[in-house]
Parts: sequence; structure tokens; C-alpha cells
Amino acid sequence: MTALDAAPGEQLRRVAARPRRFGAWYVAEHRLRVMRSYVSTVLIGAVGTPLLYLFAMGVGLGALVSANLGPHAVDGVSYLRFVAPALLCTAAVTVASEEFTYPVMLGFKWNPTFVGISSSPVSPGQIIDGMVIAVVIRLVATSAVYWLFMLLFGATPSGAAALSVLIATLVGLAFGAPVMAYVATLTSDSGQIAMLMRFVLLPLTLFSGTFFPLTLMPVYLQWIGWLSPIWHGTQLARIVSYGAREPAWLIAVHVLYLLALFVSGWLLARRIAKGRLYS
Amino acid sequence: MSFAWVTLDTVSSPVIVASDLVKRYGEVVAVGGVSFEVAPGESFGLLGPNGAGKSTTMRMIGAVSTRTSGRLEILGLDPDRYGPEIRSQLGVVPQSDNLDEELRVRENLLVYGRYFGMTRAHVSGRADELLAFAQLQDKAKAKVTDLSGGMKRRLTIARGLMNDPRILLLDEPTTGLDPQARHILWDRLFRLKEQGTTLVLTTHYMDEAEQLCDRLVVVDKGAIMAEGSPSSLIRRYSSREVLELRFGADRNAEMADRLRDAGDRVEALPDRVLVYTADGEGELARLTDAGMRPITSLVRRSSLEDVFLRLTGRSLIE
Repeated sequence: MTALDAAPGEQLRRVAARPRRFGAWYVAEHRLRVMRSYVSTVLIGAVGTPLLYLFAMGVGLGALVSANLGPHAVDGVSYLRFVAPALLCTAAVTVASEEFTYPVMLGFKWNPTFVGISSSPVSPGQIIDGMVIAVVIRLVATSAVYWLFMLLFGATPSGAAALSVLIATLVGLAFGAPVMAYVATLTSDSGQIAMLMRFVLLPLTLFSGTFFPLTLMPVYLQWIGWLSPIWHGTQLARIVSYGAREPAWLIAVHVLYLLALFVSGWLLARRIAKGRLYS
Repeated sequence: MSFAWVTLDTVSSPVIVASDLVKRYGEVVAVGGVSFEVAPGESFGLLGPNGAGKSTTMRMIGAVSTRTSGRLEILGLDPDRYGPEIRSQLGVVPQSDNLDEELRVRENLLVYGRYFGMTRAHVSGRADELLAFAQLQDKAKAKVTDLSGGMKRRLTIARGLMNDPRILLLDEPTTGLDPQARHILWDRLFRLKEQGTTLVLTTHYMDEAEQLCDRLVVVDKGAIMAEGSPSSLIRRYSSREVLELRFGADRNAEMADRLRDAGDRVEALPDRVLVYTADGEGELARLTDAGMRPITSLVRRSSLEDVFLRLTGRSLIE
């Protein structure tokens, strides 16, 4: 009996061994192929956004701030250096908010490719993993381009400051993964996604110590920053970029908070996907 | 006590075994204890009206829906435990197409083949073979949204064949297609059947079941009403021929009463009276001699529609 029980195990593992191991990667391949169909949007966004923002905020607004408050006006550095890490993190969050909303809604509902994939050996959890992998790739690429523009504008030193690219990627995931979990629960979109962009993403962008230090805001509004992955990520990016000073415990909070948001959103999305695709 | 590895390679044992299979969603019983077996190479049908539990049964066979109770084995394996392994051996053609509309026709096959762990080279060759099989070679680079309904179905079938499945599951394969598209599709499915692919299909079209199924079960309200080959079901539950008589909406019931003794059996429908008989023309002559004057009369062969009517008292398509 035991000899027979061992045999099926081995034969079985073979037939689905590759999908069991690489399923998430196949989903990511699929996503990247779909992204190719809107590659021009991706490229224009990746190049145009840093150009516009760095020019407007850093050079335009920055000149005004420097003229009035001196060249080390904010947090001991120029306004451009102060604002650039925040712009980088915000850009990552914008990309994540594109990739983790409509494509997820599309896959479950509008053009239910996830239902199609779940008929293959690939599991719902792997579908979610694959979405995450594809977005990580786009986030790293977009953030790297952004950071190179920052370098070009003199908004960041080189060297270890390049870590900002990974921080921005983490910020994007920390915001995007819980959003993906939420969107995965939607059975129809009667404006929830647009509301999310307007009343969650936009305030987070504005009140996360992005354009001015969080401490300048009235205390009763500062909680927005404390909850915002953009603030936690921006502070980290400022540390690696121009050596902004933060106590060690707060640095740990920044990192752990971002990781916790990302991982909990990711696991939740996996669970929701499983419940939805295997009923 | 499972001898799974034996069934994986043994030709004669059933590829699907379901016994007392139940699926409940809360209080709602979608499938209420069905039992059936499917042999390798067989073309097996689940025939029934909408809401009979066909699609739920298909989803359980497809290892994407867990059963509430009962036994289910696909290729000798329990889908609760070996979902990915079972799905690696299945081809699935769902009721509504879920092709990726953001990709081109051929790309849909390429990405799908990868989900089974096939290499890029293998996927590419297989995609070309199946585009030819689905008569879509000219559409390889077309957008999915530009395909007709029949072409989309054929592409979905091609996608389901990428992994060279041992069992092809088709959930209402021709619903919503025009007659010509249906015949092209039937021809393709018939070829697969000839090649020895096991087909499991649901349908509420009698002609489709008669065309494609070696054997079928008639399901209604989550339960199996009858089982057999289309011809044996017709023999058992119906007569060879059916005489359809129309007397006008307000007289059908009254005339059915007068026809009580005609043929083997009489069924009164709102719009017509059916007389089940071995000899339709002879029966019609007798009735005409007896002074009955229907507005129209029609003699046809008995079909699965009659079987269903006999078993459930209702028509298949309401």
C-alpha cells in the first residue's frame, strides 16, 4: 500500500510541477505582454512625468522658495532636493494605482481573463502573485527612469541615493496591494475606483509631507501623513537622498509600516481571489 | 485507498467518476446528488434547462469548485487535493468566452499554453497547429474583439486544446451562435471525437446532444432524470414518431381529450397536441377518417425534446 501511495505522488508532481512552481511568472509574462499594448502610455508617463514635475516644482517653485528663504530653505537643503524624493514616491504610487485597479477589475469582471487562467493549473493566488511581479517590474523601471531625471536636474546625489528607486517601488506596493484587495471585492464599478483616486490618492499625495514638511501642517491633519505610505516612503527616500535626520525607531516604523501594508494587502488579495474564482 | 497512478495510464477505467455529488450554496441546492461515470474517448452530455445544475457540475469536474459532499474523481484523482494536476489534463471551454481582448488572436494561445508549463517553442508550434484546426490562420494577428461569435468560440476551443487535454469540457458550446457557425463548430468537435478526445458537454439543445453525444444524462433541478444514448433514451421514453396537431389555441385542450386513445400517448401543449406513435402518417389517416380536422399537422421523428417533456412535463427551452 505504501509503495503504491508513493508512486502516484511522483507521477502526479510531474504533470503540474512547472505550473505549481512558475505559475506566477507565467501570469506576469501575460501581464507584461498586455502592457506592451499600451507601451507608449507607459513610456510617455515614465519620461514625461519626471520632466514636468521636476521642472515645475523643483525649478519653478524651487526658484521662488530659494529667492525668499535662501538656498537651504527646507530641511536644510534646496527645495528641489527636498521635493524630489516625494515626487518619486508619488509617481510610483500613481503607477501602482493604475496597475492595481482597472486591470484587476478587468480580470475578474469586465474581460474575465482571471476566470480563464483559473481553469489552467495556475491557482488564484498565483494570479495575484503574477500581477504583483509585473507591477514590480514596471515600478522599478519607471522609478529608475525618474531617478535618472532627478540626477540630471541635480535633485539627488548619485551613489547610495539610488536606493530611492527601491524605496519608491515599496511605496507603490504598500499603497497598491491593499487597493488591489479592495478592487478584488468589487462586483461592479459604480464609481468606487474614481472615488478612490480622488478622495484617497489625491489627499495622500497632497498631505504626506510631499511639498512641505508634515510638521508644518496643523496637528489635527498630521495623522493623514502618519497613515500614508507616501509619507513613510518619502521620509526614507529623503534619508538616503540627502541625509535627512530621523530617529532610528522612526526609520524602523517607516520600513515596517510599508512592508506590513504591502504584505497584508497582498495576502488579503490572494484570499479574496481564491474565494471569488473557486466557488 | 487510491490507485491514481494506475488510472492515469489505463485506457478502460472511467476518466470521471461522480457519485452522490452535491453542491449547495447556503440554502440553495445547485446539484442534489448526481452519479455518473465517463469512459475514456466517450462523448458525454449533460442535457437540461437553464438552472438545472449543469454548469455547477462542470465547474466541479473542472476542479474550480469544491463539492459540498459526495465522491468525485477525475482521472482517478480527488480535485480537492490535486486541482492543478487535474486541470493540467483538462481543456475548458466556458459558457461565455473569456479570451484576453487586449491581446491578439495568436497571443491568446501563446500566453495560455505557458500556463501549463509548456516551453515557448512548444507553445508557438502548437498555436499554429490549432489556428489551422480552428480555421483561424488568417486571423492570427487580428484583435479578438474583431472576431465573430463563431470565431471567438473556435479560438476558445483552440485555447482549451493547447495542452493536448485528455478531457475537453464544453459548457454550452454553441449557445448564441447562428446555424452556420454551429455546424462549423460541430464539425470541429466531431473531429476531436474521432481522434479519441473525451468530450464532456452541457447543452440545452437536443439536436446538439444528438449530434455529439454517445451518452447523456438528462438533468433537471440538480438531479438526474434519465441516462443513456440519445437513441436509447428516445426508444425508452418516447415513440418512434410524433404527430403534431394544431387545432387553434382555444381548442387544443378539448381535442386532446377527444384524442385520449390515439397512438401510444398524447401530450397537450398550449399551442399544439402531440400524439406519440410508431406510425405518424397512419395515425393521421385514422384521425382524419374519424372526422378530426386539425388546422395543421406534422409528422416528425421523436427527439430528446420529447424525452425531456415526458420526464419533466416541461419544455427544455422556456
